[in-house]
Amino acid sequence: MAEDTKSLATVVQIMDEGAVRRTVTRMAAEIVENDGEDVMLVGIHTRGVPLADRLAAELEGISGKKPSVGRLDITLYRDDIGPWRPAHTQPVLKKTVLPISIDDKVIYLVDDVLYTGRTVRAALDTLIDYGRPRAIRLAVLVDRGHRELPVAADVVGKVVATSRREDVQVRLRPADDRDGVWLGREAPDGS
Amino acid sequence: MAVERAEGLSSKDVVGISPLSPGEIQLILDTAEELLEVAQRPIKKVPALRGMTVVNLFMEPSTRTRFSFEVAEKRLSADTLNFSASGSSVSKGETLFDTARNLMAMAPDFIVIRHPNSGAPHRLAGVVPASIINAGDGINEHPTQALLDAFTMRQHFGDLQGLTVVIAGDIRHSRVARSNAFLLTKMGAEVRFVAPVSLLPVEVESLGVKAFRRLEPALEGADVVMMLRIQLERQKKINFPSMREYYDFFALTEERLALAAPGAKVMHPGPMNRGVEIDSLVADGQQSVILEQVTNGVAIRMAILYLLAGGLSDSASDS
Repeated sequence: MAEDTKSLATVVQIMDEGAVRRTVTRMAAEIVENDGEDVMLVGIHTRGVPLADRLAAELEGISGKKPSVGRLDITLYRDDIGPWRPAHTQPVLKKTVLPISIDDKVIYLVDDVLYTGRTVRAALDTLIDYGRPRAIRLAVLVDRGHRELPVAADVVGKVVATSRREDVQVRLRPADDRDGVWLGREAPDGS
Repeated sequence: MAVERAEGLSSKDVVGISPLSPGEIQLILDTAEELLEVAQRPIKKVPALRGMTVVNLFMEPSTRTRFSFEVAEKRLSADTLNFSASGSSVSKGETLFDTARNLMAMAPDFIVIRHPNSGAPHRLAGVVPASIINAGDGINEHPTQALLDAFTMRQHFGDLQGLTVVIAGDIRHSRVARSNAFLLTKMGAEVRFVAPVSLLPVEVESLGVKAFRRLEPALEGADVVMMLRIQLERQKKINFPSMREYYDFFALTEERLALAAPGAKVMHPGPMNRGVEIDSLVADGQQSVILEQVTNGVAIRMAILYLLAGGLSDSASDS
């Protein structure tokens, strides 16, 4: 997920509006190719949520039927909350909404960026507490590498080679006022 | 709401409403809102407090509050140890501090304490590194009760600002009334205390509330009517002639409830004395939200445990 632009020395755009649009269309086609039209999409907060909505609209365009879309807050399952620290700031909780039972469904977890894989691990644990899907797959707009867990995406919009000092920023309508992906680089002496 | 939500709690403890800022109260209420959903899941448990230990130190009888804390702790996957005054070393003469020091040797992350002495949680907070949560101290405060009451009001009215809340009964011995007065006045609500003069605290004016000696005039325009139990165990002398007379003058009956604003909600922190401070028809009536208070209590206690458990300030993200 994106850090604040201000802390980055240089920012390069790697996907523009058109590229995002074409990529989302292709990702939807891949989902249908893999699993047919009867899938459920679950976006991970924050930018997995608008991406899941966009993919759902594309899937509706292909099949004429809008798939069920949920949203998942993984905060309570993160591996970096607690123990108590002087800062006293826990991540803010958001709503988890699964409009239908996930039992026996093919679920596509949707997130903007795949990085260490820890968010996906937390999302898998969260989802499994709600039921027993037939399969859980993963769709991401950007895979930037540097995995720390054995996690791989089934549908990838774009693979971007990055260093750990770089930051991938995704902006998606309607959560943001524009579409695009930027690669930010910290100043060499930056923190 | 006009109040800006705090980013985190500024203390390692929640010993009362009095030290909390309106922004911190807002943060606890908002966090509880999201945690309410955990009770609706097929698996009513999340791993947020995995590996953390909570000691429930109850030096006074409690059923509702103790169960509510324990459910909250278990839903967050904490390990819980229960310690009550009877059947423990306290009944053998051990002091609170020796008990606490011995408990600290077991390295708990939280101590939830209920104690007959006002201020006991505050003093404990100063001597042990664990987070202290006050589950009721003497006649001082019961912060989680006031938070769950405010949460319940917010669910029904959307905002606490501008609400008129009547709190009637044994105000003088009620930590619930005090915590509610602190919280509701901080959040911009009007609080009216109703009690026979013998059951009104001496410092009532300094709490920023309006005092009434009769229920009827206080009920006019009230959005919430909160009835308190007559605490016979805290009365050293008899403060009113009889239970029957108390009922005649101060009980919430259907006729009296009709004087409040239309759609007013009836609350009670429990345990209720039916036929003393509240009529059964009101307690079980359409306007009663007493059982919702119990459900909400679990979410409020989960929120406090979650927020006190701390975390990374920059919320390092890792998609």
